[in-house]
Formats: sequence, structure tokens, C-alpha cells
Amino acid sequence: MMSANTARLTIILGYAAGVGKTYRMLEEGHKLQAEGRDVVVGYFEPHARPATIAKTEGLELIPPRMIEYRGLSLPEMDIDAILARRPEICLVDEFPHTNVPGSPRAKRWEDILVLLETGMDVLTTMNIQHLESLNDKVHEISGVAVRETIPDWLLKRADEIVFVDLTPSALLNRLDRGVVYSPEKAERAKQNFFQEPTLAALRELALRQTAHEVDVRTPDLTAPPRELASAPRPSAERILIHVTESPSSVSLIRRGRRVADYLRAECFALSVVPAAGIQALPVKEREALEQHLDFARKLHIETRIVESNRPASAIAQFARTNGVTQIFVAKPARPTPSAFFSKHFLVMAVLREANDIQLTVVAERPARKHP
Amino acid sequence: MPSHDQRRPSPEELLQRVEAEADHATRGQLKIFLGYAPGVGKSFRMLDEGRRRKQRGRDVVVIATQPSRDSAVAALLARFEIIPTLPGGALDLDTIRRRHPATCLIDGLAFRNQPGSKNEFRWQDVEDLLASGISVISTLNLQFVAERQREVEAIRGERVSDSVPQSFLLQAEEIEIVDAPPEYCLERARTSEFDEETISRQLSELREIALVLAAEVVDAQLLRYLKRHGIEQSYGTQERIMVCITPRSDASTMIHRARRQADRFHGELFVAHVEQNGLSPSDRVTLDANLACARDALASVVTLQGKDVVETILQFARTQGITQIFVGHSQRTGFWQRFKPNPVERLILESGNIDIRVFPQAEARSNLTQA
Repeated sequence: MMSANTARLTIILGYAAGVGKTYRMLEEGHKLQAEGRDVVVGYFEPHARPATIAKTEGLELIPPRMIEYRGLSLPEMDIDAILARRPEICLVDEFPHTNVPGSPRAKRWEDILVLLETGMDVLTTMNIQHLESLNDKVHEISGVAVRETIPDWLLKRADEIVFVDLTPSALLNRLDRGVVYSPEKAERAKQNFFQEPTLAALRELALRQTAHEVDVRTPDLTAPPRELASAPRPSAERILIHVTESPSSVSLIRRGRRVADYLRAECFALSVVPAAGIQALPVKEREALEQHLDFARKLHIETRIVESNRPASAIAQFARTNGVTQIFVAKPARPTPSAFFSKHFLVMAVLREANDIQLTVVAERPARKHP
Repeated sequence: MPSHDQRRPSPEELLQRVEAEADHATRGQLKIFLGYAPGVGKSFRMLDEGRRRKQRGRDVVVIATQPSRDSAVAALLARFEIIPTLPGGALDLDTIRRRHPATCLIDGLAFRNQPGSKNEFRWQDVEDLLASGISVISTLNLQFVAERQREVEAIRGERVSDSVPQSFLLQAEEIEIVDAPPEYCLERARTSEFDEETISRQLSELREIALVLAAEVVDAQLLRYLKRHGIEQSYGTQERIMVCITPRSDASTMIHRARRQADRFHGELFVAHVEQNGLSPSDRVTLDANLACARDALASVVTLQGKDVVETILQFARTQGITQIFVGHSQRTGFWQRFKPNPVERLILESGNIDIRVFPQAEARSNLTQA
């Protein structure tokens, strides 16, 4: 009866630790159980807050598996035990969690996909700062580089995203009362995410993301009838991201992916390597380039490599033959207003070569200074 | 980043800041739980928040609640002292002021008092309490927000006469959104007029509006916070698109694209034009047509003045927290161009953390200048 097609993924989305995501997930678990569904808690943070622990009462908990790592014994979700138990619905805390080395899969979200494959519904939790395409924005706002990220297509895979709200001042109150973290950890938290404007900005991002997720899941009345929907629309946008070995490519890829998702556009990545082939590049550059293309593929962006010694015209030609409507390029790293130098920037060359196609020059957004 | 965020505030700005702080200190604080439809759980959240404040030793009194079928709501309600409303439904302001609790819990901000009451609406009674230094926690349904009623009516196909102005919402210190999947509201939204699928879609559309409204409120609060602390740098959490037009630019394509992108991102749209001397009559006509097109697209239209076009545009963009600038392509070539970047190139080089989207122009003329 259970099948992967119908397995539902629900994400409870928050904007910081302590807003009440886990509490809400457990509350939903109780509600579903009261409706007669078979619910288990697949993973639950053992260092949770007393009120949250109390909320697990009456729900079946699958004990974590202890994994030995560097002399420590660390708890991880016990996938085998959950699969053996085969509940209808499984609650799993912290979607973006990275598993301890030695676990069968590197990421918890990979574990969750395994559960969904078997037809099990999953409720999970995450904070907005873990969304891949917002990584640069979060860094700009908070100064924190978040390393555990969730690719955006996973959010699209979810059937439902529910936002858990709390005002920043209420959250800071909770922090001060010691509800969220131990005093020592709370002090550290105040150095990064837990400042009023940072929290407000993250909250706004989470609200906007949830609104977008609701938007894309709402059937459009103005859309063509179902049988016509698969036919290519003439107005469909195609975005081409120009990827290079420069570190700025990473945020460029994120930004392009995000804009493509919002505009419901197709998204490609293109690298131009010397005519002699990618081997002609110095090792370091080649490795960086391959890393960036790999990153793009992880975000479900199709990648292409073109060999040419004239990158600007290669980009323009590729764009024309592939019906690209918008090219994304990175802003020159260190802008010198000097004419002689500016003429040598690739951006300016693309601007001249592809003057019949829209060009978006994406800025790098450094972390803001904190007051 | 340019150091514009460290510039000295003007006396006028300092005064505004002092006033904002004084205002912050004496008025009662307003907290609103906003929901997109009956059934999401607003009243419960309001009472639960009151319960928690009471537990912490605060003086909390219930003034008005709406009848609820939820037993959890009834159980919570039993824990509070209640000051009943007057026979016409108006708040008993005199009694409340004499009793002077720290916080009042008041359901249904949009309630219309019986004729002959001091105020026409409950939100005006609440305004009086706030002015007396009493804090209020209240609830509101999206359909009662005056500025959103046309949208909501278009979705629901029914009129609601009672309303609360959005400005009242925007001055709340705290607003929390109560989010839940549409299934939660299905039962109470059920009508004989629509089938379940239609109601589900309507609820999703309302939910999206509520989430965006909450994001806008958070954005306004963030700006207020930054103002109080003399910070000018924007967080860029909301996409703000600025289209730069001239008499000769192919403005309508740019404006339509910008409108679509602003809508998809739930962002803001500005159309700006830098005033130039000695426009020919035909240029004047085209410019007016372009500006009319901008107004039709419901953009905020601005006319800027300044000698240096690029600098004028960027200065405006920075103060408004613009995240993307749309401009027409410049294809000027000539002797001097070999030495001097053209305006579009300068915009790209000098725009810091703002993205620049360059559009091909039918007439192949720069939309920044015709020098």
C-alpha cells in the first residue's frame, strides 16, 4: 500500500535554534497519532530542552545507534531499526545534519530519502540558514559561514513546508532565560546569529521562502490546461551561468539557481576552457573549475564545457544556439575604474559580444560589519 | 563596502531617532498573532503566550475571546482573570485602566463595536489602551486587513465589511504569523459554493499573502531598528529592483520583466529616470510614455537630479536598499570609448553589492546618456 510516489515529506522551517521547531514537529506527531496514524520518533536530539523532552511522552522513540568516532560514542539515527519497525510516519529532527564519519550515508537528508523511498512519510525540521542558495545572503547578514546546507531541490521535493514563527525579541528572551542554550553557549550564540537585526533578517528570509514554497505548490488558475502544460512555452526563460575557476563562481551558481527557481526558468552552467582542452589549464585552476562544476551539478544544474580561446564569443555563441535568455556572470573581482583595465574584464567583452541577450552581472556580497 | 554607513547623521535624523526611542519607552507594546484563515490556531497561541508570561510573574488579564470549539483553548482560558467587554462588545476602557494590568489578551482586532460606543472598532479601543501604557496581545485574520481585502475578496469571492488598517499592524512591536497546512482550515472554510480542491487553493493563496505580509512587517521593523541605531546599510532581505530609463530606452520590456521578477520574489519595483536638460519634444513624449508604462506596472516612479548619471543612480539605489538595477545596453563606440568606460560599464564597476542586469536595446543606444 505504501509507495515512494505517495510518501509525504513535511519540513518544519524555522529561522534559529529555539523558535520551537522540534516542539512543533512533536505536536504534529501527537496530532497524527490521535488521528489513528502509526507514528514513531526516528531521531530526536537527546540534549533537547525539558519542555521538548516532555513533549515526546506518549510517542514511540527509536533509540539512536551509537557510532564510535575518535574515542567518542556519538548518537546517530538508526535507519535499520526504523526500516525494521516500518511505521507509517517517522519524525526526524535536523534535516541538514551531517552524520558522523563511518555512517552509511554522509548526510541525514540522504537517510531521509531512503525512508521516503520505502513509502514512509517523514516530518523533519530545519532552519532557513541551511538552505544552499541563501548561503551567501546568510553570510552577508550574519558573518557566519554555514557549512551544513540543503540543496534547494530537496525543499522542492517536500510536499509541505510549515513555518514556525517567534519574534526575535521573544527568542532573545528565551536565550537570556537559559531556555535555548547553556549560559556559556548562549554567550557564544550572541556573537553570531543571536543579535536582533540578524534574527529579524533571517526571519524575513524564512517567511519569504515559505511564501515562495506555498506559491509554487498552488495550482495556477491562469496556467494552460494540463494537456498543454508540457508543451514548451515561448516565454520560458533559460538562464546560463558562466562558471570559472574564480571563487566568485560559487555564489554566482547559488544566485543563478535561486533566480531560475523563482522565475521557473531552466538553468545551465557553462565553462570555457582553452582550445587545447581542460588539460591545458594549470592544475590548481583545473581542480577549482571541476569543483565548481561539481557544485553546480549538486544543485541540479546541467553543466557544459566549451573549448575556445575567445571565452566571450564562445559564451555568446553557446547562448544563441541554446536559446538562452539571460547570461549570469560574476562582477570583476577588484574593479579599477581605469579604462585600460576595465576593457580587459571578461564581463565587458561578453557585454559587447552578446549584446542581443540579457546579461546579469552578479555582485559578490561580503559579510556586513556589525554595529 | 563604501563607508556611507558611517556618515554622520543629520540633526533631523538625530531628532527622529530620539523621538523613536522615547515613543518606544512609554507606549504599551502591541503583539499580534496573524493567521490566514480561521482554524490555524491564533487564539490558542495568544492564550499560550499569556500563560507563559503569567508563569514568569507578569500581570496578565483576558479582555475578549472568541468562542472556540477547541477544548485546549477553554482549558487555557480558565487560568485567567477576565474583564468582560461592555454590552455592545466595546472594551471596558475605564475598568481596564483602573485595574491597569501589564498585559491584556484581546481576540478579534477587527470587531465592530455597537453604534454609540466610544470607538467604532476594537482596534481603536486597543490603540487607547496602548496609549495608556498597557500592553496588548491580540489576534487578527488576514481577511480583515483593510489594504488586503480586495485581494482576499478576489480569492474568496465574499465581502467582509470590518477591517483594521495595515498601518495599525505596522506599528506593532511584535507580529507573529501562525502558519499551518491548509488542511487545518478546511473544515471551517467549507462552503456549499466551492469544492474541496477550490477551497484548498483559495487557502493556499491566502496563506501566501499572509506570509508575505508578515515578511513586509518584519522588514519595516528591521528598518525601524536600523534607524534607531543609526545604521544605513540595508540587509537586502527583500528584493528591490530599480529600472533605469531614458527617453530613448526600450523601457516597456525592461519594466515588464522587472515587474514579473519583483512579483515572483514578492519584491518592490522602482523605476527611475535622471532628469536631463534640453530634451527634444519627441524625446519628452517617449519619456512620458515610458513613465506612464512604469506607473501602469505599479512601480514607484522617481525622477532623480544630478550631474553624474551613474553616481546619481547608485546613490539612490544605496539609500533605498536596491538589490538589482536593470539598464539598457550601451553600444556606443568611438575614439573616446577606448579610454573611458561607458556608463553601463561604470555602473557594473561601481555598483558594489548590487546586481546589474543589462538589456539589449532595439535602438542600440545607451539608456543612460546620449552624450
